[in-house]
Amino acid sequence: MPAVSKGDGMRGLAVFISDIRNKSKEAEIKRINKELANIRSKFKGDKALDGYSKKKYVCKLLFIFLLGHDIDFGHMEAVNLLSSNKYTEKQIGYLFISVLVNSNSELIRLINNAIKNDLSSRNPTFMCLALHCIANVGSREMAEAFASEIPRILVADTMDSVKQSAALCLLRLYKTSPDLVLMGEWTSRVVHLLNDQHMFQGVVTAAISLITCLSQKNPDEFKTCVSLAVSRLSRIVSSASTDLQDYTYYFVPAPWLSCKLLRLLQCYPPPEDGAVKGRLVECLETILNKAQEPPKSKKVQHSNAKNAILFEAISLIIHYDEPNLLVRACNQLGQFLQHRETNLRYLALESMCTLASSEFSHEAVKTHIETVINALKTERDVSVRQRAADLLYAMCDRSNAKQIVAEMLSYLETADYSIREEMVLKVAILAEKYAVDYSWYVDTILNLIRIAGDYVSEEVWYRVIQIVINRDDVQGYAAKTVFEALQAPACHENMVKVGGYILGEFGNLIAGDPRSPLVQFNLLHSKFHLCSVPTRALLLSAYIKFINLFPETKVTIQEVLRCDSQIRNSDVELQQRAVEYLKLSSIASTDVLATVLEEMPPFPERESSILAKLKKKKGPGAVSVTELDDSKREGGELNGGGERAADTAAMAASNASTPSPSADLLGIRSSAPMGAAPAAAGSLLVDVFSEAGPAAPAAAVNNDGFLFVCKNNGVLFENQLLQIGIKSEYRQNLRMYLFYGNKTSVQFASFSTTVSCPGELTPQLNVQSKPVEPLVEGGAQIQQVLNIECLSDFSDAPLLNIKFYGGALQNLTLKLPVTINKFFQPTEMTSQDFFQRWKQLSLLGLGSALLDNVDPNPENYVCAGVIQTKGQQVGCLLRLEPNAQAQMYRLTLRCSKESVSKRLCELLSQQF
Amino acid sequence: LTHLMRFLLLFSRQGKLRLQKWFTPLTDREKKKVIRDMMMMVLARPPRTCNFLQWRDLKIVYKRYASLYFCTGLEDQDNELLTLEVLHRYVELLDKYFGNVCELDIIFNFEKAYFILDEFLMGGEILETSRMAVAGSLEEADTLQEVKDQTVYYSVPQY
Repeated sequence: MPAVSKGDGMRGLAVFISDIRNKSKEAEIKRINKELANIRSKFKGDKALDGYSKKKYVCKLLFIFLLGHDIDFGHMEAVNLLSSNKYTEKQIGYLFISVLVNSNSELIRLINNAIKNDLSSRNPTFMCLALHCIANVGSREMAEAFASEIPRILVADTMDSVKQSAALCLLRLYKTSPDLVLMGEWTSRVVHLLNDQHMFQGVVTAAISLITCLSQKNPDEFKTCVSLAVSRLSRIVSSASTDLQDYTYYFVPAPWLSCKLLRLLQCYPPPEDGAVKGRLVECLETILNKAQEPPKSKKVQHSNAKNAILFEAISLIIHYDEPNLLVRACNQLGQFLQHRETNLRYLALESMCTLASSEFSHEAVKTHIETVINALKTERDVSVRQRAADLLYAMCDRSNAKQIVAEMLSYLETADYSIREEMVLKVAILAEKYAVDYSWYVDTILNLIRIAGDYVSEEVWYRVIQIVINRDDVQGYAAKTVFEALQAPACHENMVKVGGYILGEFGNLIAGDPRSPLVQFNLLHSKFHLCSVPTRALLLSAYIKFINLFPETKVTIQEVLRCDSQIRNSDVELQQRAVEYLKLSSIASTDVLATVLEEMPPFPERESSILAKLKKKKGPGAVSVTELDDSKREGGELNGGGERAADTAAMAASNASTPSPSADLLGIRSSAPMGAAPAAAGSLLVDVFSEAGPAAPAAAVNNDGFLFVCKNNGVLFENQLLQIGIKSEYRQNLRMYLFYGNKTSVQFASFSTTVSCPGELTPQLNVQSKPVEPLVEGGAQIQQVLNIECLSDFSDAPLLNIKFYGGALQNLTLKLPVTINKFFQPTEMTSQDFFQRWKQLSLLGLGSALLDNVDPNPENYVCAGVIQTKGQQVGCLLRLEPNAQAQMYRLTLRCSKESVSKRLCELLSQQF
Repeated sequence: LTHLMRFLLLFSRQGKLRLQKWFTPLTDREKKKVIRDMMMMVLARPPRTCNFLQWRDLKIVYKRYASLYFCTGLEDQDNELLTLEVLHRYVELLDKYFGNVCELDIIFNFEKAYFILDEFLMGGEILETSRMAVAGSLEEADTLQEVKDQTVYYSVPQY
């Protein structure tokens, strides 16, 4: 037991604590259970406990709770302590309530009563205790009970310590329940707290925190605080280090207040009033100048406090974006880059990242490139190296891209595992963004795969393929380079993927000796058996492409396809590919083969999905401004361009007329959105016809919901965190079940979903949904039911927005696959009826029940149905006429409403 | 709207939690996760590395005083250096109160450690930066508790 035991030490508590210490876990639990039983009996006993015992036992319970054990009683005794007029008893009572918040409403009523009494007690220490309790609990109930009372205390003629507590307490309530804290009439009096010349610094400090928070929401109401803040700041900055007495911290005058003032100013644009602005600039310059002065103390506290103000001032300078000050700030940070304090180097690197994104200081930041590269190479601390890598990324532009990318690549060889993936993404982005000649780009990405293949995500290798496909000036070079890269005896599987794809497309460009077609094929095939299923599937596609590119390889490749390990492979996908490709190569004519296996059309130009991935990795707020510029160009929909390629794939395949091509492909395509999942099956399906590959990741999401036009169940979305399954059924209204699965092992917090009907969809659809549980445990799945009523025909899809906290704040918006045909009710009719109605509907149309023996031509399919909307019923007839010889279909739709037939036609044509 | 400081943890080199203060509402499960992650990250840091870390979207600022680690999680926009001094100021206050504070003082007088923190921080914001002012109010509290209140303590009626 320590000698010191101030105040009225509770001996029993001290004995208990020393009893518990140094006990084994088991003995500890035993001792605790004994104590709990003892306390329980004391609380239940007939003898009324005196205040001291009650306090002691409550304190013991608290201790047990803080050790990590559950406590489910004692709340009432703690509440009793609140009404004691002994300070220590009250204090322990409040501490217990604050730590073990309980949502029992009866209890809350009692607690609130006690708080109310203390607030009106005029005893400043009691008032402070009560305010602390409100702030510590900070619940909505507290806000409801006290939000209107506290501003009164804040501006009343009370002791400073009470005012301070009231200000921060109000701030805390405002953060939980901004709607309940109505400043209105108090606003000017709160701002006035900054004004008072003689005011205790502590009150000003607390008041500024409150004002900063309030003014973020209502900048106009608090505008007058700007000039007050500037004059306060100016007084502090120009004061001698001893002027502020106890508010001087290690020879730095009022560092907390200074930083808070500088923070408050960051909520506003530069002051318009010339005099105020001049005074502020003077302050900022003084702060920058002071950084050059010799320190007044050798203590680290002195330099920390001084530099804390400096960094806050630099933040304000960055906020104002003023050229002169920016350059000065940058020079100051440049000095810190080589400071012996690791903390300062870290912060300088971090702060420079922001400076790099301003046009005024970008060049000044670039002058430090050598120092930063050196930091990347020599810093002992991984978090500092990480910041150096971030800064290199931020300062990169056309002039230094080659140098920076080369340095990052060489760093990757030894980089810490924790930051490799992010580094890879950064290199990939820079290489693409600043590629003047694409051969450099290709080299860089292949180097990436070679050096850090395991960390090269799908996005990265999809992207290199996309770019090679789109740029014919680099295709030959790319083919040659991958060919060389594949020569290595052990090369990464990602290299095999890229190699397979590129040689399959462009192997012909380099097919001269010594890279004859057979050599190319043998090279690829030598890697085949070492690869995973998705890669093998991709290689099989490359082989069939080879047959088209180089007819002379046909026999060899057919032999490979025919061997048991392929054609009877236990993996269904591989087997199917082997069978289909073998068949395709033997029955299709050269012309047909050439059409089916034609070189990929260029991908639509779009921004890289790698950026999105990087942003996701870094979490919100960590993306520098340079990246933000990119995201603007990127627009909302990442990867949106993937659709075309995927559609082409589908078209090509249905042309190939295997027995049921369209059914197969639909299945395949509907799985495509799973591409972002690391699961083998996901990525495998993505590149069935290789083309869909690059389009895959998450954002391919639900190409307007076409995937679900003819399906009611499936996976709507999947990434590494979340899978959303969907099931829908139609019974008068459309009932849609959404299944949100947490794929991680950690809980998702604040999980919420909203369904909205954008634009003209609002009057067309009525969507009702129940809110979901805000917590999704790791590995768990929750369900949400949507009830959707169709008011009139529509063509847009409702949007589903999902927000949750899983590692970082996640926010995604998906189109729900609600299409007009979901509201079909099948209709039976005879041939005569059908054609009678067919003729009546002179417009385009569509139907839904498949009708046998209706059409005179048995090859044709006809369907009929009625779309049920609240406003009207729209009859639809459909006729599908296949022409087997021409391998074409004609699809005709007739409906009683033109807009419906138009939309149905769009939806259905996507299905073939 | 943001809370600048999200939590403050005190734990020993052996990974024993000595004090926990949460400035935003979290479930017990989330708290346990934060505590575990902080101990794992911070205790693994070699000496003389910098005092800042990135964890999820938070900045972690930590500092070791003798056998105890003081560790706090900040919103992105908060000031790391100043936070180091918040920690230091707290240590000073503990020191002033206990006189040469050591881990044992905090174990045996955990409630006092909480009270001192409450005098200094509220809702994650600094309440009083003056050491005198804080020490003053703590002393006052101690005086209050040493005054023997002779009135009979009426037990509040049972509800």
